[in-house]
Amino acid sequence: MSPLRVFIADDEEPARQRLRELLADLAAELPAEVVGEAGNGVETLERLPGSGAQVLLLDIQMPGMSGLELARHVAGLPDAPAVIFVTAHDRHAVEAFELNALDYLLKPVRAARLVDALRRASGAGAPERARLERVDPRAREFLSVPERNRIVLVPVRDIVYCKAELKYVTLRTRTGEHLSEEPLVTLEREFAERFVRIHRNCLVARAAIRGFERADGEDDETRWLVLLDGVPERLPVSRRQWPVLRDLAAER
Amino acid sequence: MSNSSIKHNVSRDFLPDFRNSGVIARVLIAVNVMAFGAAIGAEPSWPQAMERLVRAAAVVEPLLIASVVLLYLAAPLLARLAYLRGCVAVLAIELALAAAGDAWAAPAGATAPTSASGLARALLLAALVTIALLGYFRLLVKAYSPALAEARLQALQARIRPHFLFNSLNAVLSLIRRDPRRAERTLEDLADLFRVLMSDGRTFVRLAEEIALLERYADLEQLRLGQRLRISWELDSAPMDALLPPLVLQPLLENAVYHGVEPGTGAGEVVVQIARRGDRVLVRIENPYFGEQQQRAGNHMALENIRERLMLFFDAEARIESRVRDARYEVEIEIPYRAEPAPQPGSTA
Repeated sequence: MSPLRVFIADDEEPARQRLRELLADLAAELPAEVVGEAGNGVETLERLPGSGAQVLLLDIQMPGMSGLELARHVAGLPDAPAVIFVTAHDRHAVEAFELNALDYLLKPVRAARLVDALRRASGAGAPERARLERVDPRAREFLSVPERNRIVLVPVRDIVYCKAELKYVTLRTRTGEHLSEEPLVTLEREFAERFVRIHRNCLVARAAIRGFERADGEDDETRWLVLLDGVPERLPVSRRQWPVLRDLAAER
Repeated sequence: MSNSSIKHNVSRDFLPDFRNSGVIARVLIAVNVMAFGAAIGAEPSWPQAMERLVRAAAVVEPLLIASVVLLYLAAPLLARLAYLRGCVAVLAIELALAAAGDAWAAPAGATAPTSASGLARALLLAALVTIALLGYFRLLVKAYSPALAEARLQALQARIRPHFLFNSLNAVLSLIRRDPRRAERTLEDLADLFRVLMSDGRTFVRLAEEIALLERYADLEQLRLGQRLRISWELDSAPMDALLPPLVLQPLLENAVYHGVEPGTGAGEVVVQIARRGDRVLVRIENPYFGEQQQRAGNHMALENIRERLMLFFDAEARIESRVRDARYEVEIEIPYRAEPAPQPGSTA
């Protein structure tokens, strides 16, 4: 039997060391091989795709992006590994986060628990996104965009606007564009505090709105364009959304 | 100097610290308010009341100032007495002052016959005012005392976060095979930290002890976080003999690491600055700030609890402030410099 390929993501080096030791101790019972390690979410998404990992041991409290959010991005990878969460939370926090819906281990991890979890996980596949969203309903810090064989993370706070075009949604940042497969409505729902809809096909970051400009349409109706920080595009506001935006402008 | 020699038992009653500016201010304000109340109660009209107040002030103010000065001087002696004896001593001082004041005022108002009833009135008034104020200070202490009991609970529940404990134990486990000696040291640090956390929190400690605790705590965090945690210690002018309530600084350092270093993927610098400026001790702890969204919950509770305990130990003479400046979060504490066991919050001999 070929050894189980395990990837370890934890921001604390001693914690990774401990898991490596435990896996080595378990070699007779369940041969496993550590195929990669990472200290935060971004590193994990860089290194994980080429590693061929079958199981991801994932610390929940990591800097930059929580393990729960990371798992949602990992789930979008082709050949996504199964995920075993590891946490130093106490029981109270475990209940608060409804982690029971997922496979998790408490730190310090016991060898017996680890081997059980690995057995369950091998061949289990990635956790469903819907379940992860239920456990962690907070808005994500990043959107993940599949590009070739990897995942590109776009920080949500860098996005100036999201525009739906045919099959994809264009995520516009100050420096570039990314194509996402997520429907505009789900983005609108998840990031209601950050984005406001200006048109049937477009959300803009509230904080990026610099002002509005009148544009004379062919029909005598007044049309408005929104001016944004950091990008030259002027985006049309639909007649239906104008009252909302006008109120928003008045509040500022 | 051992801890037990400066043990202050807060669950019992004790006299206020008559050298504390907050206490002095409260006495001055309370007596003047009472005099004002008496004046408007005794006279039917405003002009008459004002006139009476001015006349009364000529007697009350010198007595009040003499009381404050005398109690200030006697504070160390009074602090050594048990509470009830202390109260009797304060009452005796006040009655003696009232009698002296009466004798001094009598010749001035030559026409008024010096009578036994005048003296009795003065003594009775002085006694009433003194008892009222002692009662007020007793209530004040009672109001703040729950902060102490809570502090101990919070120390275990909130300040040493389970997250920290379990991650530290995990780190020790990882050390046991690689570096058994360091594993031993780490467990000793952890034991020291918990010993302080489980202590009763009512004794003053020397700054040197609190700093040693900070360093143990920092070692534990360093083990977990490695290169990510950098602490700059600026302690050259720290008054190591200064007394302060325990566990004032450690929660602040823990907050700095938890909110300022752990959420960052890169290295984060925490600055710990402790210095003496004249008769004040200044503590400043600063860390990187990740914005309101990234702030984890629980910071305000720790600051509120420290504020309450500083109030209890130092009344108005302590200050704690926090602010965000240039993407850095700062907490500043200022407490009076005291190297000797102070009479606040009252010692029982």
